[in-house]
Amino acid sequence: MIRYISSRLLQGLLVLFALYTITFFLVKAMPGDAFTGEKNIPEDIQHQMREQSGLNDPLFIQYLNYPKNILLHGDFNYSIKKRRPVAELIAQSFPASLILGLIALIFAITIAIPIGVISAMRKNTWIDYSGMAIAMIGICVPAFVVGPLLQIHIATRIPILKIAGWDSPIDVLLPAITLGLATAAYLARLTRGGMLEILSQDYIRTAHAKGVPLPRLIIMHTLRGGLIPSVAFIGPAFAALISGSFIVESIFQIPGMGQHFVTAIFDRDEFLIIGLALFYGLLVVIMNLASDLLVGMLNPRARTSES
Amino acid sequence: MTQASGKDTPLAEAIKGTSLGRDAWLRLRKNSVAMGSLYFLALIILLCFVFAWFCKNPNTILLTNKFASPSWQHWFGTDQLGRDLFSRILYGGQISLLVGFVATAVSLIIGISYGAASGYAGAKTDALMMRIVDILYAIPFLILVIILKVVVAEPIDISAQWTVEQWGWNKELVMRSANILPLFIAIGALGWLTLARITRAQVIAIKNQEYIEAAISLGLTRRRILFRHIIPNTIGPAIVYASLTIPGFILYEAALSYLGMGVEAPNSSWGILIKEGANFLETQPSLLIIPGLVFSLTLFALNFLGDGLRDAFDVRSSKD
Repeated sequence: MIRYISSRLLQGLLVLFALYTITFFLVKAMPGDAFTGEKNIPEDIQHQMREQSGLNDPLFIQYLNYPKNILLHGDFNYSIKKRRPVAELIAQSFPASLILGLIALIFAITIAIPIGVISAMRKNTWIDYSGMAIAMIGICVPAFVVGPLLQIHIATRIPILKIAGWDSPIDVLLPAITLGLATAAYLARLTRGGMLEILSQDYIRTAHAKGVPLPRLIIMHTLRGGLIPSVAFIGPAFAALISGSFIVESIFQIPGMGQHFVTAIFDRDEFLIIGLALFYGLLVVIMNLASDLLVGMLNPRARTSES
Repeated sequence: MTQASGKDTPLAEAIKGTSLGRDAWLRLRKNSVAMGSLYFLALIILLCFVFAWFCKNPNTILLTNKFASPSWQHWFGTDQLGRDLFSRILYGGQISLLVGFVATAVSLIIGISYGAASGYAGAKTDALMMRIVDILYAIPFLILVIILKVVVAEPIDISAQWTVEQWGWNKELVMRSANILPLFIAIGALGWLTLARITRAQVIAIKNQEYIEAAISLGLTRRRILFRHIIPNTIGPAIVYASLTIPGFILYEAALSYLGMGVEAPNSSWGILIKEGANFLETQPSLLIIPGLVFSLTLFALNFLGDGLRDAFDVRSSKD
């Protein structure tokens, strides 16, 4: 087990390094840099700022120095446009994205798993069809349609909800619903598929024939196997919810990481772009590992069959 | 599989049997949701790419006539600048659909070649190539698409200007294509991973079949075996899977356009229309709701059709 985890962690490091390499060279290939359009900074000051962040070094030295500084000093360099350390910007905006992603995930799980289970139990009935139709709506109606509709029809009618902003805990509600809808939809479909797979197995038929009552059959015998695809999906989905919330953050004006990423792209703020991309990558790696471990616990066969 | 049963069946037809494609089509025809989706998509494509030419210019601004309600003149009313919403939706649909189809085609080409090469090569090459796919899988997709899009936009812009100056190509057309080309490339260049995996699995399954062994013993070259006997048999499943990626890619385009990183004027897309509509939600909700509805219905149809195709091509399901 420890060997498995350590080999996966090593692979995760490889992923991060590959991600770093790709983003580094892509960012360097972007037209313009953070100083383009900054006419009010005198040339020599610009030169000093470049010098300070190591931007005057040869490309290959820069490529090696950045990860070295991260590993040795935890230094993610500066955001040139915002003139603050990248690590500080991430630390400040991460909580909002994390809370938003977490609530969205909880929302998705609480509605999707029951819908998926019930749809599978009542396969090819109107309950199944309507459940899956609702799931399809979640996949096909994008956040930038749902968000504004929720703002105008829900937020304006219920006094404690605000149209946008991030001050009181209740403000997370509408953005989280908007963000979690698509995840909920995929999860419901996966849960249904996983449950159907297990329900067609012989041991379920045996249990049924033995007279195991239905609730017990579902909870004790089917869920464990039937939820495996969903569990495998939840980890990456959580990372995607945190890293993919640019749109929801911009609709509801939430001070999260997504907004930093979008402005950093427009500003060519290279260290911020690389830092955020790496941070997102780290989240994905951790979540993938977590959900693989969880799947391994649910399904002993997966541990040996996968390298 | 091929059965010559039934006395009244003409012999020729019985010998011919039914191909996988024909079987799949028969099965698809029984799936009313998928067929409805197919007709709906045909209608949307016809409207966007043929009927649109007979509609009003979507970029004609008439400020005296802004926010008009639907009428015979303007079927869906007009927007904040007095542009006809109906033709804007049709022209926007051209871009959205093009991005979905072309980016899928790009990723199909890359995915099939990569997967086939990996599966056919086997051994260490295969392991290495699949490790690369694993690594790319763990990279946040949208982030790389955004960065890649910004990177490729510049050289494309420059070469577009060059063709206009040197070869006198139609400036508007070139500039409009130059604006959407980066999206095709960025999405297609990163969206092929699952396709490569599917193709590889398929190739490995086929590689061990007897007719390939026969081909080897006949002395056919590796390249001929790969291109003539293996790849054609992997294309079916790959295309079926690809049909399910189309709505995803359309959604990516809309998301990018919504963030201001996608298509730019005079091009427009459903994402842009929705974004603009959201600004006037309180006064003119139809500007969000109509494009949103068309967009979502199209995605609906694409998803249902993709699901139907997958079920129809699923060889495990019995012939009936």
